[in-house]
Parts: sequence; C-alpha cells; structure tokens
Amino acid sequence: MSTRLASGGRFLNRDRAVEFRFNGKRLAGYEGDTLASALLANDQMMIGRSFKYHRPRGVVASGAEEPNGLVNLGEGARFEPNQRVTTTELFDGLQATSQNHWPSLEFDVGALNTHLARFLPAGFYYKMFMYPRAFWKHIYEPFIRMSAGLGKAPKERDADTYEHFHAFADVLVIGGGIAGLTAALEAGKSGARVIVLEQTAHWGGRALVDAPGIGGKPAADWVKNAVQDLEKMDNVTIRTRTMGAGVYDHGYALGYERLTDHQPEVSGPRHRLWRIRARQIITATGAIERPLSFAGNDLPGVVLASAVRDYAVNFGVSVGDRTVVVTNNDDAYRTALALRDAGLVVPAIIDARTQASGPLPEQARAAGIRVLTGMGVAKVKGSRRVTGVAVCAQAGEGAVLEEIGCDCVAMSGGWSPVVHLWSHCGGKLTWDADQAMFRPDAARAPTGADAQPFVIAAGTANGHLRTAEVIADATEAGRAAARAVGGRVRATRAVAATDEDEAAMAPVWLMPQGAGIALRMKAWLDYQNDVKVSDVQLAAREGYESVEHAKRYTTLGMATDQGKLSNINGLAVLSQALNAEIPQVGITTFRPPYTPISMGAITGAARGALFQPVRQTPIHGWHIDNGADFEPVGQWRRPFAFPRAGETVHDAVTREILNTRSNVGLLDASTLGKLIVKGPDAGHFLDMLYTNVMSTLAVGKCRYGLMCSENGFLIDDGVVARIDDDTWLCHTTTGGAERIHGHMEDWLQCEWWDWQVYVANVTEQFAQIAVVGPNARKVLEKLGGMDVSKQTLPFMQWADGTLAGIPARVFRISFSGELSYEVAVPASQGRAFWDAALEAGAEFGIMPYGTEGLHVLRAEKGFIMIGDETDGTVIPQDLGLGWAISKKKSDYLGKRGQERSHMADPNRWKLVGLETLDGSVIEDGAYAIGEGVNDNGQRNTVGRVTSTYFSPTLGRGIAMGLVLHGPDRMGEVITLTRTGGGSVQARIVDPVFYDKAGEKQDV
Amino acid sequence: MLTLTCPYCGVAADETELQAGGEAHLKRFGPGASDDEFEGYLFVRENPKGVHFERWRHAYGCGKWFLAARCTVTLEVFGTYPAQSKEPPAHIRKAITAKRPGWTWREFA
Ligand SMILES: [Zn+2]
Repeated sequence: MSTRLASGGRFLNRDRAVEFRFNGKRLAGYEGDTLASALLANDQMMIGRSFKYHRPRGVVASGAEEPNGLVNLGEGARFEPNQRVTTTELFDGLQATSQNHWPSLEFDVGALNTHLARFLPAGFYYKMFMYPRAFWKHIYEPFIRMSAGLGKAPKERDADTYEHFHAFADVLVIGGGIAGLTAALEAGKSGARVIVLEQTAHWGGRALVDAPGIGGKPAADWVKNAVQDLEKMDNVTIRTRTMGAGVYDHGYALGYERLTDHQPEVSGPRHRLWRIRARQIITATGAIERPLSFAGNDLPGVVLASAVRDYAVNFGVSVGDRTVVVTNNDDAYRTALALRDAGLVVPAIIDARTQASGPLPEQARAAGIRVLTGMGVAKVKGSRRVTGVAVCAQAGEGAVLEEIGCDCVAMSGGWSPVVHLWSHCGGKLTWDADQAMFRPDAARAPTGADAQPFVIAAGTANGHLRTAEVIADATEAGRAAARAVGGRVRATRAVAATDEDEAAMAPVWLMPQGAGIALRMKAWLDYQNDVKVSDVQLAAREGYESVEHAKRYTTLGMATDQGKLSNINGLAVLSQALNAEIPQVGITTFRPPYTPISMGAITGAARGALFQPVRQTPIHGWHIDNGADFEPVGQWRRPFAFPRAGETVHDAVTREILNTRSNVGLLDASTLGKLIVKGPDAGHFLDMLYTNVMSTLAVGKCRYGLMCSENGFLIDDGVVARIDDDTWLCHTTTGGAERIHGHMEDWLQCEWWDWQVYVANVTEQFAQIAVVGPNARKVLEKLGGMDVSKQTLPFMQWADGTLAGIPARVFRISFSGELSYEVAVPASQGRAFWDAALEAGAEFGIMPYGTEGLHVLRAEKGFIMIGDETDGTVIPQDLGLGWAISKKKSDYLGKRGQERSHMADPNRWKLVGLETLDGSVIEDGAYAIGEGVNDNGQRNTVGRVTSTYFSPTLGRGIAMGLVLHGPDRMGEVITLTRTGGGSVQARIVDPVFYDKAGEKQDV
Repeated sequence: MLTLTCPYCGVAADETELQAGGEAHLKRFGPGASDDEFEGYLFVRENPKGVHFERWRHAYGCGKWFLAARCTVTLEVFGTYPAQSKEPPAHIRKAITAKRPGWTWREFA
C-alpha cells in the first residue's frame, strides 16, 4: 500500500496538518503536499478512470506531465474540472472528486468497455458509427455523449478574478532548475534585464532529489545561494508558480502565474497572465521520463521511477512497500537506492539491457538489491492495483520465468527533453540515437524579426542528462543570451559539478521485444486517451503512415496532457511498424500552451463591465432616470423605447410613434457619426467617396449621400452639410463613424496623399437631438433665439444660431417623414438642451422616442437602414437609389465595381415593399419561395425580407425586402416562409408606405 | 505575434497595436479599366512563400498607415516605410537583396 513514511519529505511542514476531501471522504495531509502526494499518503491509489475503457488509473508522474490524475476541484462558482493532482498544492478545505465514472469510482458501468476492448480498436468511432444514418440521433450520439468528456463543465459564473501583466525582458529564462538558475545568473551578471519563471513552488528542479554536488557544495546549498544572488540583482525578476506557457513570434512569450490556487483564503487575482516581450528566451525546461510499454503498465501502482523517487524524497511518501524497478538505463537505479535509504524493500531491478555495470548498478548490488539483466516485464499482475510482476526475457516473446510479488512498479524508459517551448515558434529538433531522444537543433533555432535566433535551449532541455554538462551548457546559454542583447560577459570558468557516471541506455519500445498481440493490447502508450501499442500498429497497417494522421486516427497524444508521456513511445512504435527510422517518421507539432491554462487568465480583467468600453451620450443619465429600455448599437447604449408604468415595450413603441406623427417626438441622435472634412481638395475627395456630387453642394445646404466600397457595395449613408467654402460635415451611421473615418484616412494616406484634406471625427463633441413631428417648429420657436421658419430655414438646409440660449446648429433633415429639426449643441450642453426641449414641448405633447420608434418611422417612409437593407452584398442600384448616383461623375469609389456583369444583372433582387394579405407581421429574415427546387433539393428562393415591423400608423404589418424583378411585379402576391412551417402571403407594393409625396417633411 | 516599427512615430509596435491592411503597392483601376485589370486590382494577390509587402496601420498609436517588407516563412522583417511610396524604396530593396538574393515580387526585384 502507499503510505506516509515516518520521516523525510523536504517540502513538508509536518507541524501543520491539512484536511481535505476526496469524493466526500475526509483525508489528512501536510502543508507542502500536492494533492497527489496527499492522496498517496492516504493509500488512495486509484484516482480516476480512463477516458475510453474506464480502466482504473492512479498517478504515474509527479509533475506537469501527469496524464491520469485529473479531478474536479472546488465547488459552485469555484468548480473546475480536469485539475492535475500532481500540480495542485494541498490547502485546508480542498475538495476534489474523481472523474469519468458512473455511478462510482469503485464500481463503474463503463468499465465494461475494457472487456469490449477488442471491439473498440483505433478508429472505432470512424468505422462503426457511419451507418445506418438513422441510428445517429437516437443510438450513436447519445452513446458517445454518455462516454465522452473529461470531468464536468462548470455551471456557475467564475467567482475569481484574473489579470494580465505586460512585461519586457532582455532575457527570459523559462525553468528554475539548476540550468535555469545558472543561465539566469550569467545573464543577470551581464546587466541584462532578466525574468526567470519556474512552474512549481520550488527552485532547483530534480537536482534536489538526486543531490549532485555543485560548485563543491551539496546541490541544495548551491540552489539556495543562487536564488539569493538573483534576488539581490535589481535587474532580475524571479517568479515561482509561474509556467512558461508558450513562445510566439518575435520574442513574445506567455507566463501563467498561479497566485492563490494554493491559498484560496488570500484575496486578489487567482491567476496572472504574463505577456512578455523578450529579446532572448532560454528554455531550461528539463526533461520528462518515459514509461515502458509492457502489458498492464497502466495499473495503479505502476509509476515512473523518477516520480517514485520524488514522492519519497520530496513528500515522504512511499508508493509501495515492495517496489520492483524496471529500466533500460542507470538513472532508475537511483530510485532503488532512494527507496532502500527510506527503509523500503526493492525485491528486484529488472534491467532490459544485457549488462549493467556502471557505478549506480554496482551500488545497488552492494546494497543487496537483486539486479536482473536482459530481462523485462511480461505483464503486471493485479486488477485494481499492482500485486506483482511476471518476469521474462526482454529478447523473447514473454514466456514467464518467474513472478515477483510487489505493490509498486517503478519504470523508466529513458528521458525526453521538454522541447515544447523550443518548438512552439519553429525551433527544429534532431534525433539523438545514443540517448534515444529528440533534442533541440541549435542550428535551426526559432528566429526573430532580425532573422537571428532568439531561443536557446539549456541543460537537460537541451539533451544533457549529466549535472556537469547541464551546468556547463546553461552557463554558455546564459552568456550567449547576454551577448546577444549587448550585455558585458566576463569569461570565467563554469561551476564544477559532480554526480555518478552513467552507462549508456538502450532504447526499449516494447517489453518484451517480441510481445504477442495479447500483451500488446494491454501495453498502454497514451493513458489519458487509452491508446495502446496495438492501436498504433493497427493504424500503420491501415495506411496511416504520416505521424499526424496516425495521431488523429488513434487519438494518441490528443488528450489534455498532449502526449507528454506518450508521443515518443508512440512514434517509436509507429516507425517500427512502418520499418522506418524514427527521425524519418518525424514528430507531431508542439503547440502552446505547455499545459492547459485557465480561461480566466486568458480573459484577464476583460469581463462583465470591462469586457468592452460602453459609450454613453450626454443624455444617458436622463434615459436611465426615465426607465429607458436600452439596446446596444455598436459600443453605444441607446434607448430602444421608454416604457411607462403598466406599458409593455411594444405598447411604448406604438405610443411613441403615434405621438411623433401627431404631436412631436424627441430623439437622442447624439450617436450619429460626425466627420469634419476640410481642405482645398475636400470637395473633390467627397466626390470620390460618395456616389453623388458633394462639391457642388451650396454652403448652408444638406444632401443625402451613399458611400460604397471599391466592390460597389453600399457601406454607409448619411446627410452631408456644406459648412463653408472648404468644409463639409459628413453624418455617418451610429456604428459607422470610426469605420468611415478609417476608410477616409486609408484613401487619403495611401492613395491620394497629395490631396489637401483633413478629416476630424467630432462625433462625441456634439450632442444631436432630433425634434420631430408636426409641432416641432412650435417647440423650437418657444425655445427661441433663431428663426426656424420654412422661409429662413427650409427643408434640407441648416443654420447656426442659439436655442434656449445654447449655441446650436440646426439641420432641417428628416428620417421620419415628419417636419424635423436635428439640433447639434456642444456635448456639455446636450442635457440642458434636452431638458429645455422637454419643458418647452410639454404643452405641444412632446415625448421622447427610442431606436425602435426611429426604425419603424423610417420603414413607414421606405428609408433604407445600413445593416438591414444592406449586408455587404447589396449595391445602391438594388435599393432603388439610382437617383443618388451621379451619372456625370467620371469616377467614384465603387463605380467600376458596379459596372461588373453580375452587378448589372437584371436578375438581381431589388427592393420593394411587402404587405401581408392578412395584415400580420412577416418574420424577420423570411424568404420568398419560388418554383421548383435547387441542386440540393431545397425550395428555390426568389427574395428575402430585410425589414419587417408592425406599423402603428397604418395599423398593420409592413415590410421591405429584396425580390427578383420586384419593382416590375407591383401588386403581385408572393409566398414567404415561416419558421416552424407554414407560409404567409404578401403583396408587392411601393416601399414608401406613408406620405408618398413627401409633403409632411417639407412644411 | 509580430512587432513592427512604425516609420512615422518610431514605436516598435506590438501586433495588437496594429491593423493589417493586406497587400501593398496595389495600383488602383477605376472606370474605363478592363475586366482583367479590375480583377487584378480587386482580387488577385501574391500570397508568396517568402518576401512580401504589406499594408499596416498603427491603429492604436499614431494612426498612420505604413508598409512593411517581410518574409512570410521566417517572419524576418526587412524594413518598414511610409505608405506614401509607389514602390519599395531602394534601401528596402537593398536590404532584401542582401538576405534573399534574386528575390522578385510582382514587378519589383
Ligand atoms: Zn506610429
């Protein structure tokens, strides 16, 4: 059984017991534990079940590479699935539950899948769930949904907060082991700005477990001094619990700092995303031990040799009382020795190599440990946990020579450098056959904007497994980075280091070498996605020769651990099956992040009210005080309507419209875009931007204009006013101000840069209030200060003056068909004018109206709305706006586009009005149905609805739509779709439903 | 995520400060142009594997459009220059030739 040792555990504070729950069970650990070590200390070997076969699984590793130990953590608004027990620091009150089982961890129905394993081979889903098609909805999909998914999705809004840091460094060091610390010291001494990130809570990495001598000191002392030295340097920033998550173009890197995961009682952000720009990046990310592929290598109790050692040394935890070590290298002997030092039993070391004669095997033998060379594990005995191993000759097919009782198997298949961050931005790898590993190829490093390498791999991450080599390599890496950023480097000798000599490892990709299918079907490669040696071999047989294809077919390496343990083993099996060398088969792409990071960290502070800026008009406060029902329009919030007590929103819209048509309405139109275009060439410029002529507009007059893209499509519309000889004011749509401003700047800067024109966006400098309706003039006359009579200020003109003592520019323009004045006043006096207008208008029945009223009023008049009648594929000619397109101008943006054959096609759908025969309101987006079916067997369509409303003025539904040959079919009845079946009939009519002669606006 | 230096304000701008504007040095064709000319102006783009010229705007900085010469494979930046350029300036072309002898891009080399 796994248990807590009486002594040991350099991370533990045994004076502070910590209580936590696993599946509701109350358990105890110590401060300094990870959830993994605490569970093991409580003999909780089984932690979850696997994804596909629901096999019992326990921890395999001790760090970020752990594939099995995933749990649901926390509850309610702090619930989070798929949290790795090996990287979760224990705290008082921690609550975890296991995943992937039903109804319980111990008894699981899905585990039946394991007996069906032979019917669930690689590519099973692709093969089995194809036919019959009708089975999908009721049989296949529910089955897959039931089985699929790791953990549960959180249901509540995340209660924690997150933040981003923007940081800049000359040298970013990722990894705080002895290589990272060495490189950081070298870079720091040169004066460079250095940031060092370590993903765990501790400096020193694995060196403190294996305890080599560094600089004549024990490793622990050297690490302590190194960290102190770095802390003293003002130019160096060091962070633990911060993972280097990704390396991107031009020296961009992400760090993921976990601030309060281990101390949830502390307030402040939970995670911090470091967005770093670094000139040089050193990846000192260490290496990950590989499992060995033998039958039953997934049973709880089969653990990586280095992890067994970590649990004993760091946490004072023994994974088992009797541990058999299985290895192909000398390093795993350290585990046997560490266990013996802890007073535990090591019945045997099974070494696949024919010889084991280095210092470490000799030490093991001297300690009385039995060393079996040339041997392998035929299979692991046990059902829910290890009870023993069957030993066989590695060279054979698995004939059992003897059985050894044990409750832990410590396996080591050699080490793989963590090359992820090196590879994220294009760093290439080279195959090191002697150590059976891919290592960074320094000649093909990621390069930056200046084509120079900006990533340097250091230490174990660079393929150096011996301490002295690690220190020497990291020293040079730190100096190279310092030199690259112009630091001063003094060439002194690298610190000396000593550890035991190691003999060469021997690659072992399958144990035993000639294992038959029965064994290969139980030899796991990818624990999390349940991929076995036999699956990869099947993929190769079925023609999936590319490593990327084999990966997707078998799902090898596609789980949340991204194959940290399985990729190399799977690749080796694939290359053997293809009879190719490993480097020829290649390796799948490494993509960031290194381990999953929280969505909260990515979001940072950009959520809720801070998700995006909200723009408010100067009159916003009044809208809130008066119960406005708001809608977002671009980044603005605009009142949709102003419902009164007892009114629905629909009632309010109806009232606002009828009142505007019969008395007077007030609209906050401040959001309307206002662009000043000024300069000697401004008229010429506007003639190019608008489809009609603006240069001939007389000072004091207004003209409606259309803007198109070079494709010919309508992109914006609005009224242009000529202010003086060289100044025009262009109104844009609410959502279009910034976009059209950018459009103008683009043409002025990039095409007509010699034209003398200046554009200023003054949208927010003015409040604009529309006074609309038959009584509008009376209201303005009562406000007083300027002549607003038809004689002095006729339709489509503007004038400057004062109203109610406030400087005002008054435009006689109408988007409703009524007598209408749009009054622009300085933004600071917008609210004052609004209040004054309401007060003056009281006796004339004034009422504010919202955007829905605005929309209905314009639809009753057949005015188009950008975004309703247009969708980026509509040209003005489609909308009956030919009158606003100059025939005389030789050029304007979009003119040539509109001459293309498809644009001039008489079969383009054209704008018409639509009136249902029964007076009902047509559904938004309804299609007009034509004769016959198209190539896909769908009904042909001959038009679509672009705007549809209930018209209070007419007391019926009205709509506008684009219909094939529409303008030629006045009076015809067409059929329109309804969602949920059925149809509605409508007559094609003139889109102008109200005051066709336009008399009401021109009084 | 790229870093490009704005030739107007001199800021080494992060890609998040910039707005991409597609291919540079397009020659505008308007009314009177043939269908082929207009198609070339509106739709036909280089999409090269290697040397490329692009429009970028320092949108969250000085607001100016500029042009950048870079390698689409290695992301090496050969230089940036004002949008008011009808063709890549000599010093940019020289810088590219030093790194990519024999390069061509549309009519430029
Ligand atoms: Zn700039």
